[in-house]
Amino acid sequence: MNGVRVLVGTHKGAFVMTSDAKRKQWDISGPHFTGWEVYHVKGSPADPNRLYASQNTGWFGQVIQRSNDGGKTWQAMEKKFAYDGEPGTHKWYDGSSRPFEFKRIWHLEPSLTDPDTVYAGAEDAAFFRSTDGGESWHELPALRQHSTAPDWAPGAGGMCLHTIILDPKNADRIFVAISAAGAFRSDDGGESWRPINRGLRSEGIPDPNAEVGHCVHRIAMNPSRPNVLFMQKHWDVMRTDDAGDTWTEVSGNLPSDFGFPIDVHPHEPETIYVVPIKSDSEHIPPDGKLRVYRSRTGGNEWEALTNGLPQSNCYVNILRDAMAIDSLDSPGIYFGTTGGQVYASADAGDSWNAIVRDLPAVLSVEVQTLK
Amino acid sequence: MIRVVLPPHLRNLAQVRGEVELEVQGKATQQSILDALEARFPVLRGTIRDQTTQQRRALVRFFACEQDLSLDPPDSPLPEAVATGKEPFLIIGAMAGG
Repeated sequence: MNGVRVLVGTHKGAFVMTSDAKRKQWDISGPHFTGWEVYHVKGSPADPNRLYASQNTGWFGQVIQRSNDGGKTWQAMEKKFAYDGEPGTHKWYDGSSRPFEFKRIWHLEPSLTDPDTVYAGAEDAAFFRSTDGGESWHELPALRQHSTAPDWAPGAGGMCLHTIILDPKNADRIFVAISAAGAFRSDDGGESWRPINRGLRSEGIPDPNAEVGHCVHRIAMNPSRPNVLFMQKHWDVMRTDDAGDTWTEVSGNLPSDFGFPIDVHPHEPETIYVVPIKSDSEHIPPDGKLRVYRSRTGGNEWEALTNGLPQSNCYVNILRDAMAIDSLDSPGIYFGTTGGQVYASADAGDSWNAIVRDLPAVLSVEVQTLK
Repeated sequence: MIRVVLPPHLRNLAQVRGEVELEVQGKATQQSILDALEARFPVLRGTIRDQTTQQRRALVRFFACEQDLSLDPPDSPLPEAVATGKEPFLIIGAMAGG
């Protein structure tokens, strides 16, 4: 099949949406795991039929689900996520210290080469790995044991490790981001980490240029240029050309540089997408207009993409993991909203249609390109 | 035979409908019922009590015979009506209004 499979996590279950390469007609299955929050669903690049899903409720805890048939059937996996050794402490909102405590898995990142290896980002921030298809999980504790960790504090949504990026050209290099600690890089497969936040400036923290403490919302990479990363920070859109050693702001003419998701065109590494949100206290689109902004210049110069998106009375939010891009020749872009719509563009953002309009609030969107 | 009623989320997870009927070895206690339940449905491990500490999750409660048994010691005998299957052992997700 030449087409796509869109994987949607919502507040009340997961949905799997498939289409051919035209991306006009959609088959939708779900809800899977009805009633549970599904923070993330992602497929293995090494085996597209292998999917992983993070399922959670505050009542009954964390479950990891695995599918071996592209989401038709699912199997619940081991759900014991234990910190390795002493949990240690981090800062609470009031500045007091409190122990790291596992709450949920925000993000699952399957290995680029092995369908049985998958990484998981946790709240409270920790980095886990399974090498047996999700049947058991082990923390790689160096990140949580970093010398700066006692000073990490949660963002408004919790102290979550929400972004994991595996370098396709260097198997030992991993990027992660934590709200609100910042971005970190490992050059040895997760055995050690260094903060990569130089150039970030956050007015809301005691030292705006601190080594850690920045509320990074999302990072994205084009696989052809793994040293170039784009970041949507709490405020500010940023880029680095040296794998995070230094960052520069590229917010340019955006109507607001606050937002959550950011993504990169699969074939044009200088083309990036964000969805501006009014402010940190008002998580709604500016002027009630839902606009994706595209830059074809690696930032600074942005154009609004509005064709097919509501341009009045729209007050939804788009969460950090709720945007994805397929890799067909004319790439498809997908994003989900807190109002339950999933929008798709089959022409790199020039025009949009809703695949569905009435799902529960969308927490995450991923897409697999099926060839 | 002991009857257990699971909350909807856990019925979905365990893929069961209606009550679960369990054979429990020895006297019927919260612990022996949960041991038997988790042995039959391993997917439920960690959803009702912590896998390491065996402590009841904070928002899960146990009821039977119109009594809240949540704070009773896990090895306390349950009412005879539960042990004989006359009344079910209810596992409830905490509810709030509003």
